[in-house]
Amino acid sequence: MEDFLWFKEISKTFATTRAVDNVSLAIQRGEIFSILGPSGCGKTTLLRMLAGFEAPDSGRIILDNSDITDLPPNMRKVNTVFQNYALFPHMTVRENIAFGLKVAKRPKAEIRDEVDRMLTLIQMQDHADKKPAQISGGQKQRTAIARALILKPSVLLLDEPLAALDLKLRQRMLLELSLIHDEVGITFIYVTHDQGEAMSISDRIAVMNNGRVEQIGTPAEIYEAPKSSFVAAFIGDTNFFDGRISDVVDAEYCRIDVPGLPRMLCFNDKKLAKGDLVHLSIRPEKFQIALEQPAANPKYNVLPGVVEDVIYQGDHTRYWVSIGDDWRISISRQHTRFMLDEKPIQWRDQVFISWFADDGFMLERYSEKDEELLEMPPQSVGENDDSDKDDESTDSAQVDTNDTTGEPI
Amino acid sequence: MTPTRRRFWGECSLTAPSMLWLLVFFLLPTLIILAIALKPADPSGGIADGWTWHTLFSLRNPNYPEIIFRTVWLSAVTTTITLAVAIPIAYYIARCKPWKRDLVLFLTIIPFWTSFLIRIFAWKAVLHPDGILKSILVFCHLASPGTLLLYRPEAVLLVMVYTELPFAILPLYAAAEKFDFSLIEAAMDLGAGRLRAFFSVFIPGIYNGLLSACLMVLIPSIGSYVIPDVVGGIGSQMIGNVIAQRTFVDRNLPAASALAAVLTLVMIIPLIYFLRIKKSADSGPTPAKEVV
Repeated sequence: MEDFLWFKEISKTFATTRAVDNVSLAIQRGEIFSILGPSGCGKTTLLRMLAGFEAPDSGRIILDNSDITDLPPNMRKVNTVFQNYALFPHMTVRENIAFGLKVAKRPKAEIRDEVDRMLTLIQMQDHADKKPAQISGGQKQRTAIARALILKPSVLLLDEPLAALDLKLRQRMLLELSLIHDEVGITFIYVTHDQGEAMSISDRIAVMNNGRVEQIGTPAEIYEAPKSSFVAAFIGDTNFFDGRISDVVDAEYCRIDVPGLPRMLCFNDKKLAKGDLVHLSIRPEKFQIALEQPAANPKYNVLPGVVEDVIYQGDHTRYWVSIGDDWRISISRQHTRFMLDEKPIQWRDQVFISWFADDGFMLERYSEKDEELLEMPPQSVGENDDSDKDDESTDSAQVDTNDTTGEPI
Repeated sequence: MTPTRRRFWGECSLTAPSMLWLLVFFLLPTLIILAIALKPADPSGGIADGWTWHTLFSLRNPNYPEIIFRTVWLSAVTTTITLAVAIPIAYYIARCKPWKRDLVLFLTIIPFWTSFLIRIFAWKAVLHPDGILKSILVFCHLASPGTLLLYRPEAVLLVMVYTELPFAILPLYAAAEKFDFSLIEAAMDLGAGRLRAFFSVFIPGIYNGLLSACLMVLIPSIGSYVIPDVVGGIGSQMIGNVIAQRTFVDRNLPAASALAAVLTLVMIIPLIYFLRIKKSADSGPTPAKEVV
């Protein structure tokens, strides 16, 4: 694979908001590359600049060794599947798909053959003569894809293509999209706010926030090794722990002090030194939960706690376990065994949660917004931790003032 | 009563007031005009007893075909020019910022605040041989001092376009405002230039508004009487003028009625034609249920 689409130091400001802030991306030929982020993060603006509907204030876009920054949309070998499909309502499915070739003034016979080929690819032969108003959401989606693909673009842009579909259909279309990708083999750029979609379809993902790229990587890299707390919190759920390195055990491990928790052993992949601030993310599924104290293991950190909430979800159960007054940790337990035979873990049960020292991940940096978090007391930044808001002020700035060499609290 | 019959009577009672209105003020007068057309004229200006085909036959006046042709021609050209001017304006209004949109719409309807007649006479003043427009044209050497701007078909055309423009802009704007402009982006994304996108996506997208605007301009144009009377000369007479002449000068009501009946017919033909296209455009099969 080679890099063949470059965003070079792209910036764009609308009135007062900096929609895209010095973004550089290198996208390889033939990959499905997702741009993932919350609404307003600049992902759609980036896509519109690639399609030619917006001009960047600064920076260049290079496609296949030629600078396309100043080309109008109709001169770019890039086609878009729009969020609302934007099918022409007065044309049939066939006419919609043929539009691009008709504009290009191709011979009639060629247009007919190409359209037939596309109709076969998207399995819409039986609906070729219907108007967009007469077909379902999934069919509109497929028509929009065929209409864009028929021009054989170098890059296919998909702008939240599944947002208008219901969940079941979304999953099916996701599968169809990757089948179509296998068939045509061109680069797909997939813009979405849905981390599930991005994770399941992409070769690589760029996570964006506030107009900047926070991290680029494969779905597994982004999930397991998030670079910033924003990425960690946006992709899946996680528990954050802020603390300091209390001592470095050996080349690989260190102990960390987190206010309100026993001292914990952690894999020191960032090679931090004693006294350094550490920002740790541990995913809910990395915890084990049990009613009895697990057998001692030097690499396991065991924390006693009380179950606060249990949400049974069939394939897994979500527990919230409180430790002391400050901590509420989200734990997800996969049901790999038949569940009804065990003694269930219930609300108010005393439990032991444990995590393997290698399973925590030290974040490199805070996102801009999270810098305030540094000032706040240690607190799991899970999905719904607002219940403890009142307690926060009591231990403000404990991380910074705490005597890091002292005993665990 | 069965539910369907009940619904039938329900619908009837709901439409009765408007039906009655149409019956009393439109259908009856039309029938009366047709009836008068079949009556002999009274030399003193009234209507004589008995029935006659004579008036209808006298429509084969050698002057009439030319006047009817001019009426249709002038109206058709007026409609074309008005739409050609109104479509870009409607596009512009639909795309611009809300405060600008309100301003332009306001400017569009401002002429309605002045009496129609006064506006026509104002045009007469502008186009008058001693008027401001001619002075400017002569000053710029665009016209010789002997050129006549007033009293010719072009003057009628100009003032008709001026009068009808708001009636075209408003329905076109209503349609353009509902138009999904991302379709234009889609067309450009697929390789179409701006013009191509405009003609193959925007124009079909405002089709219904276009038909309404067409009717709104064409029908009053065919029936116009004041404009050719005030700014037009002998060579720009339209049917409306002849009807007025028969009524007020000749005092021959049956002859005027016969012409009016012809005018009604002339107008009904495009009306039916438009309604048919519009119906076929509207009655596309109902959207399918969302099935996969």
